[in-house]
Amino acid sequence: MTDLLELAEHESPRGSLDHCVKCTICETACPVSNVTPLFPGPKYAGPQAERYRVGGEPSVDASVDYCSGCGICTQVCPQGVKIAELNARARDALKRDRGVPVRDRIITRPTALGRLGTPAAGLANFALGLRPARIAAEKLLGVHRDAPMPRFAGRRFSRWARGRTSPATGRRAVYFHGCGTEYYEPETGEQVVAVLEHNGFEVVVPSQDCCGLPLQSSGLFDDARRTVLRLARALDGALGGDPDTVIVGNATSCTLMLKREAREILGLEDDPVLKRVSERVYDICELLLELHDRGELRTDFQPVHETVAYHAPCQQQGHFIGKPALELLALVPGLEVRELTARCCGIAGTYGLKAEKYEIAMAVGRELFGQIEGSGAGSVACDSETCRWQITHGTGRPSAHPIEYLHRAYGL
Amino acid sequence: MNRELHYDAVVIGAGVAGLVAATRLAQGGARVCVLARGVGSTHLAPGTVDVLGYAPDAVREPGPALEQLAASQPGHPYALVGAGVVADALDWFVATVQAGPLPGYGYVGGGLELGGRYPSALGALRPSALVPVTMAAGEAQQLGRLCIVGTPALRDFHPSLCAANLAAAGIDARAVPVELELDRADANTLGVARRFDDPGWRARFCARLAPLLGGEDHVGLPAMLGLRDPFGALADVEQRLGRRVFEIPTLPPSVPGMRLYEILSSALRAAGGRLVLGAEVVSGRWSGGRVEAVVTRAAGHDRVYAAPWFVLASGGFASGAIELDSHWTARERILGLPLRGVPPAGEPRFVPEYASEQPLARAGVAVGGDLRAEGADNVLVCGAALPGAAPWREHSGEGIALASAFRVAQVVGELAGSPAEATA
Repeated sequence: MTDLLELAEHESPRGSLDHCVKCTICETACPVSNVTPLFPGPKYAGPQAERYRVGGEPSVDASVDYCSGCGICTQVCPQGVKIAELNARARDALKRDRGVPVRDRIITRPTALGRLGTPAAGLANFALGLRPARIAAEKLLGVHRDAPMPRFAGRRFSRWARGRTSPATGRRAVYFHGCGTEYYEPETGEQVVAVLEHNGFEVVVPSQDCCGLPLQSSGLFDDARRTVLRLARALDGALGGDPDTVIVGNATSCTLMLKREAREILGLEDDPVLKRVSERVYDICELLLELHDRGELRTDFQPVHETVAYHAPCQQQGHFIGKPALELLALVPGLEVRELTARCCGIAGTYGLKAEKYEIAMAVGRELFGQIEGSGAGSVACDSETCRWQITHGTGRPSAHPIEYLHRAYGL
Repeated sequence: MNRELHYDAVVIGAGVAGLVAATRLAQGGARVCVLARGVGSTHLAPGTVDVLGYAPDAVREPGPALEQLAASQPGHPYALVGAGVVADALDWFVATVQAGPLPGYGYVGGGLELGGRYPSALGALRPSALVPVTMAAGEAQQLGRLCIVGTPALRDFHPSLCAANLAAAGIDARAVPVELELDRADANTLGVARRFDDPGWRARFCARLAPLLGGEDHVGLPAMLGLRDPFGALADVEQRLGRRVFEIPTLPPSVPGMRLYEILSSALRAAGGRLVLGAEVVSGRWSGGRVEAVVTRAAGHDRVYAAPWFVLASGGFASGAIELDSHWTARERILGLPLRGVPPAGEPRFVPEYASEQPLARAGVAVGGDLRAEGADNVLVCGAALPGAAPWREHSGEGIALASAFRVAQVVGELAGSPAEATA
């Protein structure tokens, strides 16, 4: 029994800290500690500080709140230490200890915000574009006046989806569209559905809400658990017992939340529904590349004579599947693709919206923005919506999900 | 859908050996994917190319010494690849760095003809065949009067210790501590290197240092002359100080090692190779004596990579790819390949004298003369996973990594092209 308990501990984020050999590879890759001393770096805040964190005792370190949760440290660690996951848990403990700002209770609820903003999209977008309103929001709430804000589409993706039926083909995909698609970029969702249907999928769109990632990354774990489990049940219900049905999403940070983060960070390893769902989830580009590998992706692409820069966001990299979008974009004739190597745009979901972190986020993004400006590309492809908003904010260049380029090349 | 992708070759490990093997395979036209649990050993090593420093006495001419070593130790990686391949691999490496993303940055030195010796952070003289151009002026033969510059903020670099040990070796060296305004308690050379990328900061650094210098003609700094344009930074600092300047490798994070990773991963990208970082390979799928596919732990589920060829560049004991368990049994963790060089049961694994030849030190994955793993026809092995060498005693780590990786790509090319394999 002791052995089993030890083994479980060994595999958990906390257990992994003993694999740390202090090699500093995480420090070399951390985008935040590279631009600010406010975060002492993943090694210090992660495996080193973790030894001093004792359950039930006051939190020892406020600096962990400056970790953006991008997860790059975990990805580059050659010893398998779950550094970002340790930091996320420490942040939750910190928030429980010292309280959560009102702002973090608001901006972490995209479903509620979307429902409020969508019916009054014109007014909401107008207000978000008003300097005095943004200054007031910064002073009252702590949302930085210059932070990139999406515009409400004024319509919901799910309304469009409900009004149509995907032809039955015998190959089903449950579409997890996420809040960004639902309230801000419904056209991306329509493109996903069109590309999937073009490739022979019957697309099912169940009623769904937020995955809880914003709550989790701000250290609101109890709310995050409730939210992700509600989503998991909604998606599980749509699987309908068919073992070949996949769940596919275009919001790469939200698919990662379902695949891994909710289980590892929120401690939901044992929830059977979440486990079933997480094993079925595909990122859209991951699914299409696998289809191509099987010789089943349609390649009736028309030439697209453009140069596009591709940024694989940190959360996409957290899937540990490489950069499938790069290989897909390379299939489009005429499309020149420039791979960007800077790791992070800085925004990290809601991190870069926060008044005290906005400048840090922009400093993190500077390397990427410079690469984009030097790439000669007219637009930027990127798998995460908040990263796209930040990229456009930082460079003035349009950005889109990689699926947009495929959709265009298919001529759909 | 079964989470499976197919490539022409899959390389496991993203250190020097893995990146070079993958790049060479991709340059040969193969669709290559590198799978790695994390970033490899580049960031931890000095960034020099050590080919053969001791055999066991200090080596002055690595080329002939390497041929002697190969003749006397037939199981040594250098014996398996041959001296000609070592030379070709070094030539390719020098050309690759030169064509890489860092303008003017290159590797220089006596190569196989005349090994140089360069100061370490402790003030020892380390033998290296090639070093980054930013270290070149530290070659011991050319050093005149020298000052070693450090800053108290860098707690892992002590100029007085370095200078005292160099002085004991007969080099006229003096320590010069300089105060730097580093706004963090945990300063390291990487943080300073990022400042060195800024010409304004470099100018202020030089203005502060210049008055502290005396009649020295050489200035040694911890390796921190920037990441973006180290060659330009070197030229700038030399011009401002009016002296030859060189970098001294430090404890990790290794700034020259990070540059090397940038150069090699850029070469891989340019050749069309793919790199999947964070994907720990946990097992293989076997069919007879061949590995059909390897399984990685991706987020949420396992992901499978199938290929006709696999290259194991996962490192040895230091990376954890080979481990010794509490029952004193050694094993290769990913594919369970047989090992060579492990002392028989009951014999000691270690001896008490730390710096002695350790009985377990030369253990590695058993391979044939063509670097194919015993018991796995389509798995080739390169780098620190190979048996028969003791790189930290020989100072041969990068030489073995480069040459064996280079050779592995050749072997795959030869075998894939042969009729017997084409029908297999």
